[in-house]
Amino acid sequence: MAAVRSTGSGTTAGLLVKIAVLSLSAAVAVWALMPLIGARDWVGTAIVVAATAALFYVYLSPRRLAAKYLFPGTLLLLAFQVVPVLITVSTATTNFGDGHRGDKADTIAFVEAASVEQVDGSPTYTLTPAVNSSSGELTFLLSDAKGRAYSGDREGLSTLDADRVRRVGDKIVSAKGFRVLSATQIASRDAEISGLAVPTGHGKGIRASGISTAYEGRATRVYHSDCDCVTDVKTHHRWTADNAKGRFVDAHGKALAQGWRVNIGASNFVKVLTDPSVRGPFLGILVWDLVFAVASVLLTFALGLVCALALNHPKLRARKLYRAAIVLPYAMPAFGMLLVWRDMFNADYGLLNSLLGLHIEWFGHTTSARAAVILINLWLGFPYMFLITTGALQAIPQDSMDAATVDGASAGQRFRKVTLPLILIALTPLLISSFALNFNNFNVIQLTTAGAPFNSGSAAAGGTDLLITYTYSLAFGGGGADYGFAAAISVFIFLIVAVISAISFRTTRRHEEVYR
Amino acid sequence: MRSTRAVIAAAAALSLTLTGCSAAAGGDKSGKTGLVIWADDVRGKVLKPFAEEFGKANGIKVKVETHSPDDLQKDFIDASQQNEGPDVLVAAHDWIGNLVQNGTIDPVQLSQKQKDALDPVTLKAVTYDGKIYGTPYARENLALIRNTKLAPKAPKTIEDLTSTGRKLVAKHKAKDVLSVQVGDKGDPYHMYPFFASGGGYLFGTNKSGEYDPSDLGLSKPGAVAAFKKIAKLGADKVMKTSINADNAIPLFTEGKTPYLISGQWALPKVKKAGFDYEVSAIPGFSGGKAATPFVGVQAFYAASKGKHKTMASEFVTNYASTDKLSKALYKADPRIPASTSVYQSVSKSDPDVAAFLAAAKGGDILPSIPEMSAVWDPFGKAEAAVLDGKDPTKSIKDAAKSISDAIKKNK
Repeated sequence: MAAVRSTGSGTTAGLLVKIAVLSLSAAVAVWALMPLIGARDWVGTAIVVAATAALFYVYLSPRRLAAKYLFPGTLLLLAFQVVPVLITVSTATTNFGDGHRGDKADTIAFVEAASVEQVDGSPTYTLTPAVNSSSGELTFLLSDAKGRAYSGDREGLSTLDADRVRRVGDKIVSAKGFRVLSATQIASRDAEISGLAVPTGHGKGIRASGISTAYEGRATRVYHSDCDCVTDVKTHHRWTADNAKGRFVDAHGKALAQGWRVNIGASNFVKVLTDPSVRGPFLGILVWDLVFAVASVLLTFALGLVCALALNHPKLRARKLYRAAIVLPYAMPAFGMLLVWRDMFNADYGLLNSLLGLHIEWFGHTTSARAAVILINLWLGFPYMFLITTGALQAIPQDSMDAATVDGASAGQRFRKVTLPLILIALTPLLISSFALNFNNFNVIQLTTAGAPFNSGSAAAGGTDLLITYTYSLAFGGGGADYGFAAAISVFIFLIVAVISAISFRTTRRHEEVYR
Repeated sequence: MRSTRAVIAAAAALSLTLTGCSAAAGGDKSGKTGLVIWADDVRGKVLKPFAEEFGKANGIKVKVETHSPDDLQKDFIDASQQNEGPDVLVAAHDWIGNLVQNGTIDPVQLSQKQKDALDPVTLKAVTYDGKIYGTPYARENLALIRNTKLAPKAPKTIEDLTSTGRKLVAKHKAKDVLSVQVGDKGDPYHMYPFFASGGGYLFGTNKSGEYDPSDLGLSKPGAVAAFKKIAKLGADKVMKTSINADNAIPLFTEGKTPYLISGQWALPKVKKAGFDYEVSAIPGFSGGKAATPFVGVQAFYAASKGKHKTMASEFVTNYASTDKLSKALYKADPRIPASTSVYQSVSKSDPDVAAFLAAAKGGDILPSIPEMSAVWDPFGKAEAAVLDGKDPTKSIKDAAKSISDAIKKNK
């Protein structure tokens, strides 16, 4: 029915919905376009315009029935799946990270601005921001400790006769020919005031330090475009731009702290493959990561299945109550539960050791720490498996079970030959996706062991580190962030998971063909 | 017929869009904000009335926005990058290196008079690459806090502390000798006094007294010696990975340990526990160097990408340095005031503040150079490994190698 109707918005309600949705998309498009046009991002503008035009064309045209269904899905797939992957890959080819965030112009502006230094022996002035009554030019009314008064604008500094100014304490409160700015006026001309440096010669200038004081300063580091370098005015030290690495380097190879973002090609990928701190522990982590993911899937599935089978018995009373109880861990926020589990495994103060009278340092040894995280993940994950197997069990037709019973199959045989294969056909894709999720299960490790135990202080992985937690500590360890490197690692992890999933799906398809 | 419908739909959609846009444009103007200050949850609350007072005096709306302390630095850098950051930031000084290399804060031009009013150590802490980047208002460090009922005398050495603690544990008056947070990943900040006492250091200093990243103390023999001593503390169960940031202070306040190594931030909880306590210097290893903690400084910064740079610099340079604000911040959060005159007035009635300051004697300023970010993770892991019984020499050597590799790579 719906298909017939949608060919031409047959009903008024349909037409209204169409108008509302289309106007909403157009509004979103305009909202997205304004900053894009402001930033002169013509590629982005073209994409938004094209997508919106296509949307209007597809839905206003009476034909294009298939496109009406495909369009939203394709658009969302592009926006939320393809674009993030492309952004990750393109970030991986840059040095984006702490110290390399902005562009070169930003970096130069910051290096110069941050190098402004108070001129040795220069006085500190009491400042009164004002405007020149005739020209309207922003002017600093300044008075120094010796009681001399000056006026300064972007042209230069000139002295003010004492009889032309009135002051309270050191501060000039009015001057002939100038209009003193009120607090609100100062606030509204903020950028103008902070941008003014009254020139006093030799690159020096009087700048505001807040709204009530001013100092004479000069930029001690200056960029020269002819040599593409930054020099220090006082020491004549020179840092030349290294445009391949996005930084200014001196003759000794020491770089300025600030750098900019540049494209560094495949360097990050090469680093992942050749860096001993990645390559060395890689195989060990990968094996453990696979064990963790497979064990998590199999154990949660097994436990979930057992519970589902037990609670599927028609004669059991209060089944719904039991089911609700089993689903509880799934309903609680995993974040908090992980921290609770971490504390329960605490060697000296944990519930587990004190209940059982044990003295196991759970997170102090690799084997026990690994067992602990798998156990925690089992607790967190089995309700999900319970839910989906319960669903699959209820979908198994009773007649196939009856047929098996008539053929003389025992309960065990019925389970192995009928129930399990039928469940697996339905659930294998979910098991594969659960594997992919557990392979990258960052939270379960980071919030419990944080990768512990560690064999030494090297960046080498801890006993329970997964690829994702290990590479997280490499790329963001302690606070320094290296997004380019992190993106390169993500691409590799994506490839590993994609390959494993592809192989699993292929194998399953073969199975399904057997059953068909 | 169908095409007419399509035209009607298109026209209606576009007109609705335009109405929506004009409404949005109207909304934008009224949304113009004044000065924005970012701080963590604790300080944000204290600052609010003062921020309002500043705003009233200067004809500008002031908004204080609080962030979780764990996210503040990253949020600030990311927001600055998008030109959506605040005008003023309140934060610890060891972020300065990273904030500067990302071009997010401007130097502060303090007058000589303002500088003279401040504790010189705090001024040195906010100096990076020869420039002052923030207005300090308080300093903080670790000290030994002890339950005087359990341990009446301040221990002179760690061995003293261990033997007193062990006697109490044997008599079932305490569960553990010492509460100092470690956790599964280690905690270099809380370990550092022991590391320093054992003969280790983090970075050497250059001629102008600033940290020199090319002189990494972790790869020196002193670090190995220190780690051997720390390994002994692990074997003796004086320091253990089962004590972490969550349970360290509660263990002490519940009377389960006679000693706690923590900072001024622990004091409100200790006072609430209701028993007598005393603050003293952290004892060093017998025959070793002094167990000096890191000195940290809390400061105000002016954002480079702020929209009200004049007002921000007025706030940071001239308002944040006033004694009135310093005193209010001390009352809300009892750290050592950076203003010497405020310190003198509050230390008369608060023996703890003087004891904490004395405990910091000779302490190194927590490095603010960006290279420090490469240190935390491996250094902590080395500590955790050693306390769990792994070889100290290998642990610290591996850590030093990881750190120097990372520093070289980032250059």
